[in-house]
Amino acid sequence: MSLLQLVDLEVRYGAIPALRGVNLSVETGEIVTLLGANGAGKTTTLRTISGLQHPASGRVLFEGRAIGDVAPHDVLALGVGHVPEGRRIFPQMSVLENLEMGAYRRRGNLREDVEHVFSLFPVLGQRRRQEGGTLSGGEQQMLAIGRALMSHPRLLLLDEPSMGLAPLVVKAIFEIIARIRSQGTTILLVEQNATQALQLADRGYVLENGEIVMSGAATDLLGDPRIRAAYLGETAAH
Amino acid sequence: MSDPLELTEIPERTVTSAALPPDQRTPWHKVVHNDDVRRLFACVIGGFVLALMTGPEGDGINMLSGVDGALRFPHLGICLALTVGLWVLITVRHRFGERARTASARVSALPARLLPNAKFRGLALVALLALAIVYPAHLNGYWQSVLVQQVGIYVLLAIGLNVVVGYAGLLDLGYIAFFAIGAYSDAFWTGALPIHPPANLNPFWVIPIAIATAMLAGVILGVPTLRLRGDYLAIVTLGFGEIIQIVAINLQGVTGGAIGTGTIRHFALHVLGINYVWGLDPLPYYYLLLVFVVLALFAFHSLEHSRIGRAWAAIREDEIAAEASGINVLKYKVMAFAIGASTSGFAGTLVASQIRFFEPGDFTVQLSILILVLVIFGGMGSLPGAVVGAAVLEWLPQYLHVHPLFGFQQQDLYIYFGAILILMMIFRPEGLIPSRRRRIELGLAEHGIGTADAMTAGASPSEPAGLP
Ligand SMILES: Nc1ncnc2c1ncn2[C@@H]1O[C@H](COP(=O)(O)OP(=O)(O)OP(=O)(O)O)[C@@H](O)[C@H]1O
Ligand SMILES: [Mg+2]
Repeated sequence: MSLLQLVDLEVRYGAIPALRGVNLSVETGEIVTLLGANGAGKTTTLRTISGLQHPASGRVLFEGRAIGDVAPHDVLALGVGHVPEGRRIFPQMSVLENLEMGAYRRRGNLREDVEHVFSLFPVLGQRRRQEGGTLSGGEQQMLAIGRALMSHPRLLLLDEPSMGLAPLVVKAIFEIIARIRSQGTTILLVEQNATQALQLADRGYVLENGEIVMSGAATDLLGDPRIRAAYLGETAAH
Repeated sequence: MSDPLELTEIPERTVTSAALPPDQRTPWHKVVHNDDVRRLFACVIGGFVLALMTGPEGDGINMLSGVDGALRFPHLGICLALTVGLWVLITVRHRFGERARTASARVSALPARLLPNAKFRGLALVALLALAIVYPAHLNGYWQSVLVQQVGIYVLLAIGLNVVVGYAGLLDLGYIAFFAIGAYSDAFWTGALPIHPPANLNPFWVIPIAIATAMLAGVILGVPTLRLRGDYLAIVTLGFGEIIQIVAINLQGVTGGAIGTGTIRHFALHVLGINYVWGLDPLPYYYLLLVFVVLALFAFHSLEHSRIGRAWAAIREDEIAAEASGINVLKYKVMAFAIGASTSGFAGTLVASQIRFFEPGDFTVQLSILILVLVIFGGMGSLPGAVVGAAVLEWLPQYLHVHPLFGFQQQDLYIYFGAILILMMIFRPEGLIPSRRRRIELGLAEHGIGTADAMTAGASPSEPAGLP
């Protein structure tokens, strides 16, 4: 049984369809990347998985359980962490407070979790008392990821973590994503940064106008001329 | 509204010619590029526009008579004086804003400096409470009723709205509608409306019923509206306030219409051998109010520092992030909204029973705005701010009114409130007594995590202490 499975998923904003029959699965332990141009429906897919959007038809199965109509806070409690697009942290809360908010659904001692996040992102540990809004873009992204980890997700949804970051920072964050996976968290990564995402991922899907137009092993996709043409700026060799 | 006021604004520095030696003065044709001068132009033009807008209407025969009348001396002079006065304020702020801000920060740090000890603060609170109990008995009847109808009621209303606006960041512009619901519940259950209640209640039990009714109304209005993000709530609550007032006017058979209600019975307590009737004397109402204000202060203070308060803070700062953190956003928003509604409803009940008669005209939108002004003036999200802000702004006009030197007129109230609000936004946007930032991480510090101050620990990229 897949950890996550989207079956014929359709999502509409009013009358306008954003997803039209999306089928996608994520196995336990994988990093799967979802690629696509602006407006393809990547964010919509993640929002639907985490319950912020509800499907018009089709199903979202998490560990075999239909979660299409479950409210977002309950989806999180089931084990789905979501790092939303545009790294939304709490700007006036300190780093520690932000992390503590991430564990809102849990009680008990957060010390180990906080230290785990600080071991992944030492810079956050140094800035634990700094207000979220005053962190740099990269640090905010790290904080957003760290905050999602505080809820102990089995599946982590990352929406364009590389957005607006310098190549070196992107590299660092992708390395940490690999580390998070190696520590047992499955990852669904939405990216426009196709090369790096495919180098990191096991498998990939390509979304276009709300439909999956291509999928396969990351290495295959990386070598696919159509991908290279569409996302890597090379001319297609038909 | 979701963003609390930005406090870290960097003051614009303008180099002004007066500060420079003569040979470096700006030539006259570059004066327009001076920010101060530019703003003065804008303000003068604004003065003319204001004069035109507030001037007399034109007529069909002499179409320019309106413009002519608007630009006559006293009217134009007043408008120009207002806008140029605004310019003076802005300029003063640019020149002395920094100093004013540090001075005001020093003033607000004073209580913490003088009372560093939590025990002292507790003692100070007890002393204040004792004063609030003893002092009013020595006032005359006029000031006692001011204490109930102006100060006490508005303090209660302000701390209730503070939960909605200050804690949860929801802009409620129809707050007074719940006040009306409380008042009408009271009138209904004491038999002061044209329709009669199913049972004649002991007038004291009206209080919980009115609170519950207002809360229910808050939930019913809140659940569909608070699903939506953004400014919908402000619009819907504004509309709701109007609807309640219009319904109260037009539903004559139920509410008594524009003429108002019949005579409402005073509260009376007949329980466990106690027989007490709140009569015409305002003092017993004052003490009843004081009990509820103190209870509400305790309740709201502990809510602010509870898990619920943390959820409100998260929602206020970023709703999407709050949702992603597993907070049931709708639930907590409705909760804040309903708490505000029931506070407002209780205040309405109390006013209705004390004044014994009211009419729909008592529940204008202006009143909702007024309470919002009290909260903003005191400091959004700050309980002491809401209390002091409401008390000062409600007491001061009364004082100025009776004081022979000032001769303040009640109908000018909103002009002064507007001016006060502008002054506050310029010099102290965080309010009279700003809310101190919650220190959520204190819980973590106890576990030994937050003890090292990252800001002073230097830039050594060492691993955090205490790692296994
Ligand atoms: N709240 C909304 N209301 C209406 N339409 C929406 C809404 N959110 C998204 N859409 C539309 O749905 C489509 C998919 O949007 P989505 O945000 O999922 O794209 P995306 O792949 O994440 O794009 P990007 O890479 O730019 O983030 C777009 O056409 C967008 O305009
Ligand atoms: Mg997107």
